[in-house]
Amino acid sequence: MQKPAKPSVKKPAVKQPIGEQPENPAKLILDGAIVDNQWNLLPLGGEEEITADNLASGKLILPLSLWLELREQLQDRKEEIGVWLDSDETADLVGEHAAELPLIAAHFPLFTDGRAFTVGRLLRERYGYTGEVRAVGSFIRDQLTYLKRCGFNAFAYQGDQPLEGLLESMADFSDSYQAAADQPRPIFRRRALA
Amino acid sequence: MYRYDEQDHKLVRERVAQFRGQTERYLAGELKEEEFLPLRLQNGLYVQRLAPMLRIAVPYGLMNSTQVRRLAHITRKYDKGYAHFTTRQNVQLNWPNLEDVPDILAELAEVEMHAVQTSGNCIRNTTTDQFAGVAQDELIDPRPYCELIRQWSTFHPEFAFLPRKFKIAVCGAKEDRAAIRAHDIGIQIVKNDQGETGFEVLVGGGLGRTPILGVTIREFLPEAHLLSYLEAIVRVYNQLGRRDNKFKARIKILVKAMGAEEFARRVEAEWEQIKDGADQLTPEAIEWSKRFFPEPTYKAFSNGHGEAVLRDQAGEDKAFSRWLERNTFPHRVNGYQSVTLSTKPTGIPPGDVTDRQLEAIADLADKYSFGEVRVTHEQNVVLADVEQEKLFDLWQEARKHGFATPNIGTLTDMICCPGGDYCSLANAKSIPVAEAIQRKFDDLDYLYDLGDLDLNISGCMNACGHHHIGHIGILGVDKKGEEFYQVQLGGSSNEKASLGKVLGPSFSRDEMPETIGKILDVFVENRQPEEFFIDTYNRIGLQPFKERVYAKAS
Repeated sequence: MQKPAKPSVKKPAVKQPIGEQPENPAKLILDGAIVDNQWNLLPLGGEEEITADNLASGKLILPLSLWLELREQLQDRKEEIGVWLDSDETADLVGEHAAELPLIAAHFPLFTDGRAFTVGRLLRERYGYTGEVRAVGSFIRDQLTYLKRCGFNAFAYQGDQPLEGLLESMADFSDSYQAAADQPRPIFRRRALA
Repeated sequence: MYRYDEQDHKLVRERVAQFRGQTERYLAGELKEEEFLPLRLQNGLYVQRLAPMLRIAVPYGLMNSTQVRRLAHITRKYDKGYAHFTTRQNVQLNWPNLEDVPDILAELAEVEMHAVQTSGNCIRNTTTDQFAGVAQDELIDPRPYCELIRQWSTFHPEFAFLPRKFKIAVCGAKEDRAAIRAHDIGIQIVKNDQGETGFEVLVGGGLGRTPILGVTIREFLPEAHLLSYLEAIVRVYNQLGRRDNKFKARIKILVKAMGAEEFARRVEAEWEQIKDGADQLTPEAIEWSKRFFPEPTYKAFSNGHGEAVLRDQAGEDKAFSRWLERNTFPHRVNGYQSVTLSTKPTGIPPGDVTDRQLEAIADLADKYSFGEVRVTHEQNVVLADVEQEKLFDLWQEARKHGFATPNIGTLTDMICCPGGDYCSLANAKSIPVAEAIQRKFDDLDYLYDLGDLDLNISGCMNACGHHHIGHIGILGVDKKGEEFYQVQLGGSSNEKASLGKVLGPSFSRDEMPETIGKILDVFVENRQPEEFFIDTYNRIGLQPFKERVYAKAS
């Protein structure tokens, strides 16, 4: 008798990082203040296979691909598991699951790679996400004013400039033309048009 | 035209302060070269071959006389006393000091101008028809929509670090004078069967090293959804456009790789999510924007009155008659005509004007055209609303200031990039080629006999001189360190847009005037009555030109 063909289980391709992986600085900006970083960040790849059992304890930011794999098994650690999206990963890959997460980070492999700006807006505006949205990677001080507009409230800056300067740049603009995560109404809905 | 309110003023002032701080940090060594780069570009500042270059935004090409006078002052105080009009209706200064740029921006802000997003990988200045509001073939005035796009795109927080630059052009007339098919997004204003205003939306056009004409992804977009649809397009591009190779990063490459249908499907899916949101334009917002572009207080002239006067004057003065024929454009209001001031007399780099000429333009605008000035994508200047009775006076004054070369639309009205004389990207000089051609073909009767002919010159494949869409296109190339020029024929920028085809091996600079001469001979010998160069080319093809130009000397 012929054996029924085994359903072929294709292992998903291993996600390759885009450029340098994010660092995890000791201090960061959160909601306009300089604070200690409470989270560890797990990079992509590594020698050992990571499972729900050998995962480090404490607050941990996982690569999105790993989190999607382990999500079901990590239900009782929800409060202390966040994810980070590489720049080729879009917000809809988290989508409705966002509400389960206390923290979602978006990575800048290069500061000129602006895909994370869209991630921030979609998390806030499309998926109604209210947790921490953290910028990680190589973004620069002068991007904070736009990042804030796109819904980022945490900035794990890894450059060599003092964090106080970043706080200053965050306030470069006091108004805006467009609607975004920080301003639901574009200027044409706020102006006296008479 | 649009006037800033307190919110616009505040935003632009805050931008100047931001850039002042960035420049200070850069000069103090606190901001790295590569980090300062996109910041200065998004404030219009390039570092060029000889000096920095500052590109000042002229939103959809429109300025008032006060702004033009301020530009004159700036060229005198901070530069060498001249400025350059670009093919995207902007103004460039070729010699400012980097340290002075924040002060220049502050001076511009006082007259409601800026240099925001005139370069860099962001949404650039929106361009349109230089005859907006006055052309006889216009369906809807594009300027109120351009202004709404300007506000939406200015300091857009999500789209300041796109894969590559992003250009939008809007056309509201039958004839496309804004080259919308050569833009990342082209918008054609249309009316549907119910008489409602909307937009045909094209994407994926662009010149550069991979020239592609835009394709329609939506036939009719209702007026209210203009901004949400633009946002959906740029969002799809920001997420999916290539970032691994600068030369494959424009939206045209994405649209081509994905296919226009699939790209359109993704845009529509994104748009579905946001179309009923806050970006939906309210009727009040559209009306409000329209109020900034009211009809000027035209005098009431009877039909044909002005024409009669002009006929008499033209009959007595051949030079005036020539100028009238080439440098003026019909107006939709009785007794008015639009005038193009030519920046292309022989021997001056196309698009260059001195500080005194800028002041003369401002004076002429005040005296003859309600104080408004438009920059054209052919790098000339338009006074849109001139009384026909005053054309003769205006002509005489324009002549004094060097603006009355009667060559608009002819061979010598070339589009030409700054080229190797200024630009660090250029492979070859372009200005001397333009000048050599102008010198060879300075016989006005011959030029008029040739008729409408677009000759465009770019000094490198980045195509700032739009060589792909010139009837005759010239491209500077580098051959083992020597400057050569490739010729293309058959390009066109209007509603029947096409990309030129390469004629064959390139020529040295000295050979160029002669080569153009041979091309024109083939045209003249083959043309049928009423045919322009492009018509003859389309009928007879490349081969006859090729045979003549590359014929072996017998």
